[in-house]
Amino acid sequence: MMCSVCGCGTGDFDHDHGHDHHHHDHDHDHDHGHDHDYGAGPAGAHAPGLSQARMVRIERDILSKNDSYAAENRRLFTENGVFAVNLVSSPGSGKTTLLVRTITDLGGDLPVLVIEGDQRTSRDADRIRATGAPAIQVNTGKGCHLDAHMVGHAAGSLPLDGGGLLMIENVGNLVCPAAFDLGEAHKVAILSVTEGEDKPIKYPDMFAAADLMLVSKIDLLPHLDFDLGQCLDFARRVNPDIEILPLSATTGEGLEAWYDWLRRGCRAALDRRIEALDRKREAVRRMAENLGAKGRAM
Amino acid sequence: MHEMALCESMIDIVEDQARREGARRVLAVYLEVGALAAVDAESLRFCFDAVIRGTVADGARLEIDRPAGQGWCLGCDSQVSIGQRFDPCPLCGSNRVQVTGGDEMRITELEVE
Repeated sequence: MMCSVCGCGTGDFDHDHGHDHHHHDHDHDHDHGHDHDYGAGPAGAHAPGLSQARMVRIERDILSKNDSYAAENRRLFTENGVFAVNLVSSPGSGKTTLLVRTITDLGGDLPVLVIEGDQRTSRDADRIRATGAPAIQVNTGKGCHLDAHMVGHAAGSLPLDGGGLLMIENVGNLVCPAAFDLGEAHKVAILSVTEGEDKPIKYPDMFAAADLMLVSKIDLLPHLDFDLGQCLDFARRVNPDIEILPLSATTGEGLEAWYDWLRRGCRAALDRRIEALDRKREAVRRMAENLGAKGRAM
Repeated sequence: MHEMALCESMIDIVEDQARREGARRVLAVYLEVGALAAVDAESLRFCFDAVIRGTVADGARLEIDRPAGQGWCLGCDSQVSIGQRFDPCPLCGSNRVQVTGGDEMRITELEVE
């Protein structure tokens, strides 16, 4: 597969196509084996040239490459009416459990697509595929986060053209994913009540980057010494605009508000696609009319 | 943070630029990494040395400039210096300090031959 954005070939990563991904049969439960593996990619360089030392002014953001891939992903998602969310949290916050429950409850209303990021194994993607949703596992190898280039490749293997919800489950890590734009509409930070209420001030960059915080596993609150009010306070201290939804994927408490948030996002994404299609249709119609008039004149 | 990933991204940009300039070798890379950028300079150096091996920048020096954190306090309408993101205003104690500088992560210059 050739990457349309970066032009990189398959040498950049192992891309295992187990079957034709454009015709997903959601009934079978075997491993689809469609995973992306990122290992070390040595960069060879050669440059003929001058012999005298000189200074070259470049002024480029270190993350500018990532940001240009992210912009391309965002364009692709917008064009297809896909609402993309980037789920970030510590390992063990219950991201995958919440994802599985969300797909099960929402999957009937709209297409749900998943990109799973982990350092190793396709265990999470396997759990998602068991629900029938198309899922691509990206193994980052030594990497501690997904980047926009990996997500662009993974998205290219998903049926985006039907619109819907794309959930990108980032590598469990509250530090690095904060800095990497993947082209998502929103970052959603998940904080489980077993982690302690001070996570937002201990890892402020992530909670500042997120638009929504889900406080998960609230069914466990009676057994814990977790001050929910204090937690919300800490989150608002680093991000006064953050939306907060407490929920439990086990009991279902609070899930309806989360689903409403997702539905609103999907609806807005589809509306933008409809507007774009209307504009395109109008342009094509004008072109045809113009040609029609000239055709009659001839 | 993820200094290794930053260095890999950096080396991509450096290689691109070196190719464009027709440079045979990159002797030094000049960075501006603000104090609020959540990047550890020592860790960055360590990763840089690992990442440049076998590239056009093999053996290059890494020069890091660290501009201080700057913010605008909405509480007292003043320009203030801050040591960390989310620090309260040093003048009035308000938490409503917007970062205005010192969070950049930029390659500013290359020395090439």
